[in-house]
Amino acid sequence: MSVPAAATICLNLRIWRQATADAAGGFAPYRLEHVSTDLSLLEALDHLNGQLIAAGERPVGFEHDCREGICGSCGFLVNGQAHGPQAATTVCQLYLRQFEDGATLVLEPFRARAFPLLQDLSVDRSALDRILMAGGYCSVNTGSAPEANAILIGRDQATSAFDTASCIGCGACVASCPNASASLFVAAKLAHLGQLPQGQPERARRTVALQQRMVAEGFGSCSNQLECEAVCPKQISADWISWMRREGWR
Amino acid sequence: MTTTMPRLDPRLPTGPLNSAWQRTREGLPLISPANKRRLRVLVVGTGLAGSSAAATLAEQGYQVQVLTYHDSPRRAHSVAAQGGINAARNYAGDGDSVERLFRDTVRGGDFRAREAGCHRLAEISGAIIDQCVAQGVPFAREYGGLLAQRNFGGALVSRTFYARGQTGQQLLYGAMQALLRQVEAGRVELFTRREMLELITVEGVARGVVCRHRLSGELETFLADAVVLATGGYSNVFHRSTNAVQSNASAIWRAHGHGALFANPCFTQIHPTCIPSGDGDQSKLTLMSESLRNDGRLWLPLQAGDQRDPKTIPEAERDYFLERQYPTYGNMVPRDVASRRARELCLAGHGVGPGGRSVYLDLAEAIARDGKGAIESRYGNLLEMYARISGEDPTATPMRIYPAPHYTMGGLWVDYHLMSTIPGLFVLGEANFSEHGANRLGASALMQGLADGYFIAPATITAWLAGQPHPAVPLDHPACREARAAAAARIAALLVPAGDGPAGPGTGGAGRRPVEAYHQQLGQLMIEACGISRQGDRLRAALLELEALRGRCGEELRVVDHGTPNNPELEKALRLQDFLGLAELMLRDALAREESCGAHFREEHQSADGEARRDDANFAHIAAWEHRPGAEPRRHSEPLSYTAIPFSQRNYR
Repeated sequence: MSVPAAATICLNLRIWRQATADAAGGFAPYRLEHVSTDLSLLEALDHLNGQLIAAGERPVGFEHDCREGICGSCGFLVNGQAHGPQAATTVCQLYLRQFEDGATLVLEPFRARAFPLLQDLSVDRSALDRILMAGGYCSVNTGSAPEANAILIGRDQATSAFDTASCIGCGACVASCPNASASLFVAAKLAHLGQLPQGQPERARRTVALQQRMVAEGFGSCSNQLECEAVCPKQISADWISWMRREGWR
Repeated sequence: MTTTMPRLDPRLPTGPLNSAWQRTREGLPLISPANKRRLRVLVVGTGLAGSSAAATLAEQGYQVQVLTYHDSPRRAHSVAAQGGINAARNYAGDGDSVERLFRDTVRGGDFRAREAGCHRLAEISGAIIDQCVAQGVPFAREYGGLLAQRNFGGALVSRTFYARGQTGQQLLYGAMQALLRQVEAGRVELFTRREMLELITVEGVARGVVCRHRLSGELETFLADAVVLATGGYSNVFHRSTNAVQSNASAIWRAHGHGALFANPCFTQIHPTCIPSGDGDQSKLTLMSESLRNDGRLWLPLQAGDQRDPKTIPEAERDYFLERQYPTYGNMVPRDVASRRARELCLAGHGVGPGGRSVYLDLAEAIARDGKGAIESRYGNLLEMYARISGEDPTATPMRIYPAPHYTMGGLWVDYHLMSTIPGLFVLGEANFSEHGANRLGASALMQGLADGYFIAPATITAWLAGQPHPAVPLDHPACREARAAAAARIAALLVPAGDGPAGPGTGGAGRRPVEAYHQQLGQLMIEACGISRQGDRLRAALLELEALRGRCGEELRVVDHGTPNNPELEKALRLQDFLGLAELMLRDALAREESCGAHFREEHQSADGEARRDDANFAHIAAWEHRPGAEPRRHSEPLSYTAIPFSQRNYR
């Protein structure tokens, strides 16, 4: 056989359980016996929830949808790390083969003032959308666009803009920052649009508006710990935060 | 019985095709800015179609309310579209044109889509690229700064614009940012975490919806002068698909129950290149963009049962089956053809991997030709995703792939104005049935979603609103009360109190069996009877099995109320009930369509060499199903005629 039979693993889970935003929360222990290492961590939680439902208990609440690392819905801390130990990975793409048999995983929600806790591992990240509302766009109405190839953009420039535009809004950068800053999120959007000719007319205004909104939403300031870069599932570089600072001096 | 219904008027344009949309648009009535401000449009769904429509309607001056079940519009599953978006721009200088894209769309859909709609889509395609570029969508570029294009399955020209393997994400963010700009401007109210449970119709006209707030559990009523559904497709009727796990058909299914005809429900697309399922708990079949077929060669061992390491199988003992069977198109044949051939060979014992349910997609030749770096930069995120899920390096060993449900061409019937058979109810994107006929071409879904949202619906909704009186509907109108009561009754019937409920057969207590277990049974039934290959007796048997499953769900399917206002299991149960109804309609439609066309392959209707045999004499029509309470659904038909392209059999050999 070219493909070996799937291996299995046993895991000890300690999961933050909190029924509602106002209720008291705490860690509860669970054990998973002989689950396939081909499962993602979210699929392991599905499996656990199946057991909880069979026992008449409330299943663990967590956010998820695409299960392929692009929608940005999922995200919680695994042993203190946002999205867990694997680099460039959302928690839905974190597979159990990353863990040792018998390992203990502590799962807890993202914690930040701007991300109110909803239930168990779910938090409200709508503050990120409100930051974008302040100016994270090019103001062009439908139908008024010039011919696409009338705007020339060098390949490297387009690639660099794409890299920053790939932010999925998961909030891991905020959750890993000691100051709960959304600087990497903001810098990524400023850099996406600021590097492109289309983003120039509103560039200066956008730079100020997004950062002001970030503060107004209760996020902290950057303190150069670079934890954000380490956990970003799309590997957006914290150099863009420096770039954002220079934008302020332009 | 099939009937042609008097009210099934597609409102198609007359006269020459190539100016039809322009003439239609110029003939549509307009509304003054002062009056637009007084009119409200409700948009359900924030994918490409919903976000682009909502943003554009708001720019035009309407009051817009937007609902999504997600916590943010950015999460809609359009975000996961990988490969690209088609547009007839001929930047590649390979002879592409609006006419060619039009003809490819009609032929790709196997002559089961409306000519006028396909032509309009091809005409609009270029303006979509202009719009997205102006928004700052970072499409791939050539060194000289011009836009890059690539080739995609089912086409002989390079007309697919892309942003690495994340085109849908970038297009969605463009549309979402346009939407958020309108929220900031106060012209759009965004309501997140709302799941639509009922449509509200007043005197036969769509006037609102009832939603459940997913956090508070409250039922809410939203009223408007026009309602837009842009809620995506129903591939999750097969349980596991490439869709997001919460993607569902409830909005369109509920509208169907209120009188919106459902067109071609059996036209569902199975995508040939997905990561196959291994474990039973696997929640998702992840797509690997078919752009990989540009550089990857599909093969299987010539010898059935050969389980050697693929790298040790010599060239002479490999069957590059698509290149062998289709010398002209080779690995680039349309999705349905590639899926069918892969399935056949796996059933014949040539399949590889666990359970013999995969085929190899081999990048070795392309890596030898262009270098590993070039291939990695072309498909970077796809290859990483594959490595993460499978635990194997796709540049070192061939990838294992298998077909999976991906896209639904069927959906609510709409006329040329994208209005359903319920006046005032517009349906956009994958949720409608429109331009893809019996089979969608690669990179055409994004094009259609954005054509509907940015360009078509804003014009036709204006025309609708211009011709209507808009009497205010009070929240306590009987239609609103009835819709809320219906939703509340369905929820109440599903919930059981916490603690030891009465034991149901085989459930170990009411609400003690996950909804997922029933959904899995539905998926198994549907993929076997109504998947890549269909057959009359199997479809008839599946209808009986489905009836039994529905019966079991009616008796057993319960959800425990733990006293928290939110309840994800309840959401799953409500969605599953709607999938069960839709599944029946799909089976009936597949049974009634006694031909093979596009993605709908009936084993009884094939040529000697196993190709689909269409029956244009009897089935050159759109099947549109009418819901009849307490009776079997009734099949209506809208005949299709072609003036620009004569009927021809697809030939990719």
